[in-house]
Amino acid sequence: MHTAPVLHHRTLSSHEEQFLTFRLDGQEYGIAILKVQEIKGWDKITPIPNSPAYMRGVLNLRGVIVPIIDLRLRFGLSEAKRDAFTVIIVVNIGGRLAGIVVDSVSDVINVTAEQHCAAPEYEGQQNREFISGLAQIDDKLLILLDIDRLVYPETLDEVEAAAPIAAMQ
Amino acid sequence: MAIDMRQFHQTFFEESLEGLAGMETELLHLEKAANDSGQENVQADPEILNTIFRGAHSIKGGSSTFGFNEVAAFAHVLESRLDALREGKILPNRQVIGLLLLAVDCLRNLILSAKTGQAVDKPSIEAVYTHLERLENENAESTVINNSSTVVAPPKSSSWRIVFQPQRRLFHTGNDPARVLRELAALGSLKVQLNAADLPAWEQMNPEECYLAWDLELTGNVTRDMIQEVFEWVINDSRLEITPNLPHAARVETIAAKEAAIVDAHNGSIRVSIPKVDALINMVGELVITQSMLSQLAAQFTLENLPKLFIGLAQLERNTRELQESVMRIRMLPLSFAFNRFPRMVRDMSEKLGKQVELYISGEQTELDKTVIERINDPLVHLVRNCLDHGIESPAERIAAGKSAVGKIELKAYQKGGNVVIEIRDDGHGLQHERIFAKAVERGLINPEAKLSPEEIAEIIFLPGFSTAETVSDISGRGVGMDIVRNNIRGLGGNVEIASHSGTGICFTVRLPLTLAILDGLSVLIGSHTYILPLVSIVESVRVRPELISRPAGGGELFSLRKEYLPFIRLHKLFGIEPRSPDLNQGLLVVVEADGKKAGLYVDDLLGQQQVVIKSLETHYRKVDGISAATILGDGTVAMILDVAGLIRMAHTGGVRFIMEDRHHMPVTVNAASAPNLN
Repeated sequence: MHTAPVLHHRTLSSHEEQFLTFRLDGQEYGIAILKVQEIKGWDKITPIPNSPAYMRGVLNLRGVIVPIIDLRLRFGLSEAKRDAFTVIIVVNIGGRLAGIVVDSVSDVINVTAEQHCAAPEYEGQQNREFISGLAQIDDKLLILLDIDRLVYPETLDEVEAAAPIAAMQ
Repeated sequence: MAIDMRQFHQTFFEESLEGLAGMETELLHLEKAANDSGQENVQADPEILNTIFRGAHSIKGGSSTFGFNEVAAFAHVLESRLDALREGKILPNRQVIGLLLLAVDCLRNLILSAKTGQAVDKPSIEAVYTHLERLENENAESTVINNSSTVVAPPKSSSWRIVFQPQRRLFHTGNDPARVLRELAALGSLKVQLNAADLPAWEQMNPEECYLAWDLELTGNVTRDMIQEVFEWVINDSRLEITPNLPHAARVETIAAKEAAIVDAHNGSIRVSIPKVDALINMVGELVITQSMLSQLAAQFTLENLPKLFIGLAQLERNTRELQESVMRIRMLPLSFAFNRFPRMVRDMSEKLGKQVELYISGEQTELDKTVIERINDPLVHLVRNCLDHGIESPAERIAAGKSAVGKIELKAYQKGGNVVIEIRDDGHGLQHERIFAKAVERGLINPEAKLSPEEIAEIIFLPGFSTAETVSDISGRGVGMDIVRNNIRGLGGNVEIASHSGTGICFTVRLPLTLAILDGLSVLIGSHTYILPLVSIVESVRVRPELISRPAGGGELFSLRKEYLPFIRLHKLFGIEPRSPDLNQGLLVVVEADGKKAGLYVDDLLGQQQVVIKSLETHYRKVDGISAATILGDGTVAMILDVAGLIRMAHTGGVRFIMEDRHHMPVTVNAASAPNLN
C-alpha cells in the first residue's frame, strides 16, 4: 500500500480547488480530490469478455465489484510495465465506483482560479472531451481531467466506437 | 413528549391492505356459497362473516387511532352493515356482496390515498357510502325480517383551521392561552403551530405582554359553536379566525404520507412467519456451538485430534449452508400474495365481458423471492386477462362448440428443480392461427408469403404492436401486452412459453428462478480464467471427439451428440481468450439448455460445483453480452457468471446460423420487418 502524499493543511479560499495528481507516461494529470474514494495497490483483476482493451476487468473491493480502467490504454498510450508504483485510484462518481490504473500518484495540490485555464484547441487531439482544463504549477503543466466523462459507462461505449480511428492515427 | 405515531403508519397500511385482501377473498367465498345453493334468501356462513367483520373492525380501530378519519368513518359504516348481515337483517345476495366488494375497493383507495398522499375519487366513494348507508333500510323493506335497530350514523368528523392571535394585553385580563389550547385539545385531535413572528428582541421584551400567536388545526367531532365557546373569555382580546378545513384527510396526511411513500420505496418491509425466524435462531445457536467446539479444539490441538477437526469443519460447513438457506427463505413469500387478487379480477371482468368463468388456483403455497413476486404480478395479470378476453368464448359460442357454458381458467404453481413454474391455462378456443397470421400481415409484421409453423405463429403474439382483438377493450387488446410480459419475465431470469390446442384451450407456462441472490453453479475453466455456469441450465458434459464436429456451409459448427445436432460454441472464440490447449481432446463440452434450446459450450476444464452469491455487474459498470452477473470466489477474486440464454443467442446472431434451429429464423426476420413499429 502507498502512503498518501502529505496534505498541505491550510484553508482553501473559495477560488481554490484540490486535485490529486498522478503521472501517466511522463505527464502529470489531476483529478478533483472530492471524486477520489481511495488509492489501492495492484490486485488481481478479472477480465470482462467482449469489452474494450482499456477495460482491464473487474476487481473485488471488499465485496463490491468495481470496473477497472487502464488510463494509458484509454488515452491510446503504450502499455506500461506494472511496477511497485502502479496504483489504482478508486473514484466515486454519483455512487458509481470505478478504478483507474495510473503509473504513480504524486501529490495533492491546490489550484487557484488564476492558475486554472481552459484547454486550448490544437490539432490531432483525441481526448479533448475528457480534459476540463490546464493549470500551470511551478513551471509544470498539469492537465486537469473530467473524471465523470472519462469513466461513465455511456461514454465508454462512445469511445469503443471511436477506438479504431484512434488506433489508426 | 407525544409519541410519533408516524412510525406505526407503515405497519397499519400493510396490515389494513392485507386485511382488505382477506375480506375480499371471504366475500367471494360468500358469493360462491350463495350461488351454489341457488337460493336467494340464504343465511351466510357465520364463520366467514366473522372473518370479514374482524377485518373491517381492525381497520376501523387502527385508522381512528392514527387519525385517518375518512378511513375510519367508511370502515365504520361498512362494519355496521356487516353486523346487520351477521344478525340476519340483510341477506347476502349478489347485489349486497357486489356493494360490499365495492366498499372494500373504496376502503382500499382511501387507505392508499392516506399512504401515498394521492387524491381519491371522492364522488364515487361518496356514492358507495350513501348506498351502504341506505342498504339496511332498502333491504329491510324488501324482506320480512323486522328491523328494530336504529342505524347508527357515523360520527361526522370535521376539521377546523383556527388562527388565534391574542392581543398583547391578554395577560392583563387574567387569561392564559395555554388553558385555551388545553381545552381545545380535549375536543379532538389538535395540531398546534406556534407563530412567534412578533416576538421582539430580548431587551425590548415586556414579560407582561403576550407576543405569541397560534395556528391551530382541530380535528374531531366538533362544531363551530363548541370552538367559539372555548374562546369566549378571550374573544375580545384577540383576533380569531375559525375556518372549516374541508379536505382534511387529503391535506393533513399528505406530508406524512409522502414521507412514508418515499421511505417505502427504499426500504420496503417484509413480514416473516415466526417458524422461519425460529428456524433461524436455532441455526445460529448450532453455529455458535460448532464455533466454540472448534476453538476449544484449536486451543489444545494435537495431531490425534485432526479427524475431529475435520468433522468439526464439516459441521461448520453444514451449519453455514443451512443458515444461508434459512436467511434466503426469509425473502421467500408464498405465491398466494400474487394469486389472491385473481378471484376478484376474474369475477369482475367476466361480468363485464358477459362470460361465465370459473377460476381454479392450486399450488399457491409455492414460495418465491419477494422481489420476483412483486415483479411477476403485472405479467400474470396480463396473461390471465388474455385468457379471459381472447381465450374463453361467450356462453353461446361455448355451447355451440359442445362445451359447458362456464369457462375454466386454471392457475397452477409448482417447483421444478431450481425453478418455479406457473401455468395459466384456459379451456377456450386456443390460438386462431389464421386470424393471427392475417392480422400480423395486416400490421406489416410478417411477409404474406411466409410459411409459418404453428409454433412460429404462437411466437407472433409476443411481437411488439400485435393484437387480434376486434375491438380495443379496456381489458386487453391494445397490443402493448405480450412483448412486455415476455420482457418482464426475461428480466427476472425466467421465460414464458405458450402451448395452444385448437378448440380446447391455451396454456402459458412461466418459469422463474427461485431466488435472485444465490445460484448453484459449476465453475469451469476457460483459458486461465474461472467462469460460473448456472447448474440449472446444464444438461450434461461430454468429452469432445473432433470427428463428431461438422461445419455446415454458411459458418458455425455442429456437434453430433447421440444423433442430435447441437451448436458447438467455443467460448474462447466468443470471449477472445487463448485456449489452454489447441487440442479439442483436452477440453470438455458442457451441454446446456435455455429457452428450450440446447447448445454445447466448449470449455477447457470443469473445476467443481459451488454456490455463489450473485453480484450485479451493472451496479458500477453495465450489462455485458453473454455475462449475467459476477461473483466473488473463495480466494477473493471475481468470476463472471455466464448467461446461457444470452450465449446461445450470441452464437446465433454473431453471423452463425444453425439449420436445425429452424424456429429461430422466424423471429429474426420478423423483427427486422417490425423494427419501425418499435419506435
